[in-house]
Amino acid sequence: MSPIDFIRDLANPDLSFLWKALVIAVMSSLICGVIGCYVVLRGMAFIGDAVAHAVFPGLAIAFVIGGNLILGGIAAGVLTAVLVAVFAQNRRLKEDSVIGVFFVAAFALGIVIISRAPGYAGSLQDFLFGSITGIPDSDLYVVAGTGLGVLAALFALHKELVTISLDRETARAMGIRVFWLDLALYVLVTLAVVISVQTIGNILVLALLITPAATARLLTDRLATMMVLSPAIGALAALVGLYVSWSWDYPTGGTIVLVLTTFFLLVYAQRVVGSRA
Amino acid sequence: MIAFEDIAVQLGGRIVLEDATFTVHAGELVGLIGPNGAGKTTLLRTALGLLKPVRGRVEVAGLIGYVPQRHEFAWDFPISVEDVVMTGRTGRLGLLRRPRTTDWEAVDEALERVRMTDLRTRPVGQLSGGQRQRVLVARALALRPAALLLDEPFTGLDVPTQELLSELFLSLAREERAVLMTTHDLAGAMYGCDRLALLNRSVVAVGTPEELAERDELWMRTFGISPHSPLLRVLKAAA
Repeated sequence: MSPIDFIRDLANPDLSFLWKALVIAVMSSLICGVIGCYVVLRGMAFIGDAVAHAVFPGLAIAFVIGGNLILGGIAAGVLTAVLVAVFAQNRRLKEDSVIGVFFVAAFALGIVIISRAPGYAGSLQDFLFGSITGIPDSDLYVVAGTGLGVLAALFALHKELVTISLDRETARAMGIRVFWLDLALYVLVTLAVVISVQTIGNILVLALLITPAATARLLTDRLATMMVLSPAIGALAALVGLYVSWSWDYPTGGTIVLVLTTFFLLVYAQRVVGSRA
Repeated sequence: MIAFEDIAVQLGGRIVLEDATFTVHAGELVGLIGPNGAGKTTLLRTALGLLKPVRGRVEVAGLIGYVPQRHEFAWDFPISVEDVVMTGRTGRLGLLRRPRTTDWEAVDEALERVRMTDLRTRPVGQLSGGQRQRVLVARALALRPAALLLDEPFTGLDVPTQELLSELFLSLAREERAVLMTTHDLAGAMYGCDRLALLNRSVVAVGTPEELAERDELWMRTFGISPHSPLLRVLKAAA
């Protein structure tokens, strides 16, 4: 299918789910691309993965009781983030072990809950791997509103987040509330993940957080540049990925992730070859 | 001025530091010396307010600038020298405030003071060890502090770099700042510091290098060394 046909399909009123999926995928990528910069620079990829899994029981409960999926996911993700932050205060346990305990538990809870729902197998697959159909119109507003909120919060806290990323001890000595900023960052990552789960899926959403930011990091030594490149790379991959998946009937989430991975590998190769030349 | 008054600190239910009383006056560079586990970092963290002493108090005239060990800092972060120095003012600026002219003036002044103005737009990942140490000092100076706390600033640096930094710290002290520095470089401390505080779970002695060099028993007590240790001869030579 040519790009022209794709645009024609986007404009087709019978295929209205397609442009909704495109808008949501692009918005998710932009937001994950920005917040992913903090995740990558702080070496928090594991936390990103944990949060992505932790939203699952919330989605499952919302699905079973017919509530709003996004709100359910936010509640579960934030609850898990708080539990991790609190349990990580225990000196005997490292944070990654605490995360390991809670995120798998949350995911397991989600699987048990959703197994009680009718149409179990199909809905499980949609959650895990994403789906571009069945997005209600209201989700467009929820995603846009949540996304703007996340970006506004990051903009407001940017100076503090950078300061604690550089050196936590000195930040503490300056009187900066490191614990609360960590918690705020976890919650913002949770929000970004939740609004992205619909199209890209629970398991694959980590790629939206990490891959664009990692690719951008390879391209620049300037944080400001990185924070523009990363969402741009993510949004482009969402567009290309949706086009490819629609044209050749591949699963959308997986295709977007593979497009992102291709970008990453191309940049990596160019950097390695460039540095040798 | 930083005054430690009969400080006792408890960590994990155990007293790790007690009877710590001494004062670093404005204008002097004091070396804090002691073996690993003596409580040097604990004392610095107490001065910064990160640890609460179970007894005693720390009095500081003015703001404290803190210069942590170099490995505490994320050098792979994509950020320029001047932006790092500006993060020294984050706590002062407060939430939702952007840097103003006065903040940039403080940053310019701090960069100039450590002679890093030429490299101000350089990403920090590209700097040498000595330059990195200067950036951390400039970040602390950006607050225009009355006191500076330096944690192991010489570790991992070559001798010429140590010497340049040592001169910098002494001149920072001479500009009416109280400067306290922990170090494992005993000979360098004997040569470069105005006074030394010997620490091992408590303050063993405070004095000028000349005074302390003559008193072998203090060093034997602080470091648990024998009367024949070559260290004692090195110290006398360095003083």
